[in-house]
Amino acid sequence: MGIEILGLPMMYYIAMLAKVLVAFVFVLLTVAYATYAERKIIGHMQVRLGPMRTGWHGLLQPIADGVKLFFKEEIIPSQASTFAFLIAPLIALIPAFITFAVIPFGGTIEIMGYKIPMQVAAYYDTTAGQVFDVNVGVLYILAMSSLGVYGIVLAGWASNSKYSLMGGLRASAQMISYELSAGLSIIAVFMLSGTLSLTKIVELQSGMGGFEWYVFKQPLAAFMFFICALAEINRTPFDLPEAETELVSGFCTEYSSMKYAMFFMAEYANMVTVCALTTTLFLGGWNGPFAVAVPLLGPVYFVAKVYFLMFFCMWIRATVPRYRYDQLMHLGWKVFLPLALVNIVVTGIIGYFI
Amino acid sequence: METLFFAIVSLVAIISAILVITCKNPINSALSLIMTFFCLATYYVMLDAPFMAAVQVMVYAGAIMVLIVFTIMLLNIRVNATQKHSHRILLGSIIGFFTLINTIVLLVKSQAAKPVGPFTGDMIRNIGHSELIGREMFTTFLLPFEITSILLLVAIVGSVILAKKNI
Amino acid sequence: MDMISIPVVNMTPILPEIFLSVLAMVLLLLNVFSPSGKKSYLAYISFIGIAATAVLVGAGWGGHIESFSGAVILDNFATFFKMIFLLAAGLTVLISDQYMEREECNHGELYPLILFTVVGMMLMASGTDLMTIFLGLEVMSVSLYVLAGFNRNNKKSNEAGLKYFLLGAFSTGFLLYGMALTYGATGTTRVYKIASVVGQMTLPSANIMLLAGMLLMMTGFAFKIAAAPFHMWTPDVYEGAPTPMTAFMSAGPKAAGFAALLRILLVALPTLQIEWSQLLWVLAVLTMTVGNITALRQDNIKRMLAYSSIAHAGYALVGLVAGNGTGTAGILFYMLSYAFMNIGAFAIIILVSKKGETNGNVMDFAGLGFKRPLLAVAMTIFLFSLAGMPPTAGFIGKFYLFSGAVQKGYIWLAVIGVLNSAASVYYYLRVMVYMYMKEPTEEFEWTQVTAPVALALIISVAGSMIPGIVPSFILEFAQQAVKLI
Repeated sequence: MGIEILGLPMMYYIAMLAKVLVAFVFVLLTVAYATYAERKIIGHMQVRLGPMRTGWHGLLQPIADGVKLFFKEEIIPSQASTFAFLIAPLIALIPAFITFAVIPFGGTIEIMGYKIPMQVAAYYDTTAGQVFDVNVGVLYILAMSSLGVYGIVLAGWASNSKYSLMGGLRASAQMISYELSAGLSIIAVFMLSGTLSLTKIVELQSGMGGFEWYVFKQPLAAFMFFICALAEINRTPFDLPEAETELVSGFCTEYSSMKYAMFFMAEYANMVTVCALTTTLFLGGWNGPFAVAVPLLGPVYFVAKVYFLMFFCMWIRATVPRYRYDQLMHLGWKVFLPLALVNIVVTGIIGYFI
Repeated sequence: METLFFAIVSLVAIISAILVITCKNPINSALSLIMTFFCLATYYVMLDAPFMAAVQVMVYAGAIMVLIVFTIMLLNIRVNATQKHSHRILLGSIIGFFTLINTIVLLVKSQAAKPVGPFTGDMIRNIGHSELIGREMFTTFLLPFEITSILLLVAIVGSVILAKKNI
Repeated sequence: MDMISIPVVNMTPILPEIFLSVLAMVLLLLNVFSPSGKKSYLAYISFIGIAATAVLVGAGWGGHIESFSGAVILDNFATFFKMIFLLAAGLTVLISDQYMEREECNHGELYPLILFTVVGMMLMASGTDLMTIFLGLEVMSVSLYVLAGFNRNNKKSNEAGLKYFLLGAFSTGFLLYGMALTYGATGTTRVYKIASVVGQMTLPSANIMLLAGMLLMMTGFAFKIAAAPFHMWTPDVYEGAPTPMTAFMSAGPKAAGFAALLRILLVALPTLQIEWSQLLWVLAVLTMTVGNITALRQDNIKRMLAYSSIAHAGYALVGLVAGNGTGTAGILFYMLSYAFMNIGAFAIIILVSKKGETNGNVMDFAGLGFKRPLLAVAMTIFLFSLAGMPPTAGFIGKFYLFSGAVQKGYIWLAVIGVLNSAASVYYYLRVMVYMYMKEPTEEFEWTQVTAPVALALIISVAGSMIPGIVPSFILEFAQQAVKLI
């Protein structure tokens, strides 16, 4: 305990490293098994069985997929812009993962007298007696998710193929349009919370046995944010950029092997992040019965809520047909954007009188 | 620790800024510019201005540069190797060199002026950066804040007039 | 989190701005609902609106009200400049309808954009906060970029819009950087507070950050007022832009640039007067000389007037170098009379030139004196006034500018100014020679002079003559305006 490195206790570094590892492994495993879960769930919804051969009920399917993709031939089109082509999957993947840094997945636990908040980018200040995290956490997430566009745009452009370019353009136009509505819809939440720090937003939702959740105070905002977030990460029913029927899976047409897998991972990692963010902002984060008394219960509640939302996404995929491009733009600019603005105004008026 | 970090970020910023103007492929230039913006955002974080950092990434790297990349892609500007501006580059670098020397001499010779004003680092840390910006925007800078709405309206009207096919 | 209290605001200082903005928005909506081709009534509405605003502005003469906790002020200085802007805009609206009809680009958005430009300029004149001034300048510039490229079917107009936009954005960068450095050095953006902070510094001229800020701000404004060596955009933009917009650009924004420059240099940074007046001395000499010498060689009359407008910015800078009462009052007087004579000259150019901006050379004025003697007389008055011959307004303006410089001991500057003024007579006279001493080379139909244009010409002629004959009336106003800043 006494050892200090650059003014911070040893434990700080150990805790940081552990938190990064745990969060990373969690996202990675969730991503891997989300693919499996998706196939299984959609299968059962369509009265099929889904993967059954690899392992018990196909449990080893993600690993088999991974191995398959890993050993596939790596193809770089001769007319492609090599540098951009190589770097694009990375640019898509990294923002998807680093957004998780600011999401709190539990309360503060105490190990060997050192208090550790269960959130990657946060530390417990013993002198101030409180947790310090990134105080613009939500903005950080919005900023990072806006960077994800580049991966897709670059992939579409660098492939030097018509389908890819179309897919890339569609994807980026869609992401930029819906980023606006998503950002505006959560402003209503900030107006209630008065802070941008995710830790504090979760704390504010802890009371009243769950009825302090912002989903009850801001149902419209929650609904809009979730839909817009789905559109922003190109999930069904807004997955036009990778529409197989018209664009031969869009921006990743020319990709193969691990690079293709990276795009896939980025997509699912984005889904995890969006679900985690929705949980944090609207569903009370890691709050739940006895979560304060037993800190280890926090992550359990958090993960349960995230998985529920992910199930919801898959459910949507199984049931809702894909949007047409003009409908998509119409929905984003002419429905959600005004609605979000009206929601802000209404929240402001109500907040002024209460 | 902070000095080391500053040095690393500055190195990346300078290298990517140089790449912006030396890259032959416009897409690579644009990517380097994004990298430069990212380094600027890091500076803002180190200056206790996290809100500015987030906005910098969101607006510049996330929105404006996307438009630039879009334009480059749609116009399909390819590498143009035939053009040569060697004499202009020479002139530019001579002027730039002397400006640099001049700036360094001035900075070394004068007592570097410290920023003054009510907003010190401690104050920002106490109140919170986003809160402070919000407060200033609606009190001290209320009128400029309102003027921006007219500015945006003018910009929208103007772009419609200039760019719409049939008006 | 404690609640923030919105400061008490007094709307009186920005009442004209609010009125014009609302009017512009109403016009935008009216334009949407009116059939294409019938947009002329928008011009009449905006002219009436501008006149009403002028009454509003005039009612504020003599007041001294700060509002928005010092972001904006109502004083005589602002009122005088606002009158210049409204005058320029009113004359422009009068002469643009006929032109736009002829060029087949009479889109109704023109008038709201002109009004927004005026709003921006007014904010520049009345702003006492660097941010207000900057945003006012941006509102003005963005509208002007569009107005310069308003004739979408004309390649030259497109080029003008694009060039103006690129260079304007570049110069805005300089300006904003300068403001940021000034803020860093003084810790405030309020013009009056900057003055007190700088006044308390032990050695402000050794404060590199402040000096760099001042320098960059001056660079930014020099772009806007088209002072050499930042004048490169002027000829192309003035030539390509629709002629009424050229007239407007040369009168309004130049005055607005001077308003902001005067406010910043004389109010915020008077302690650095030695530094900035030295710089402006060089700038003024360069601007006058470059403008006049290049104008000698121009055949296209719009280009010629563009260079002459550069030269006029140089004359006005002489008054700023002096920085005393006479000089600054001279700037105000000169900007007012320049608006009259320049817009008048451009109105005649509109009447002489033909569809597609053809027929705009000096030679095409041949024989105007015989065919349309009244127009030729008006043009002669404008050109005399531009050249600074007595008894026109241009003469009195130059007289006060140069005598201000002489009072402060800048004899050589005044001498260079007078020499330049003499050189400029050549190219103004050249037009007159063509008008009265050459036969027209070809027969063509003169454009009909419509009632609004006639009104604009009458106002311009009156404005170019009367201050020259009885200068004391307007000069008194100008002196009162600069007394307070």
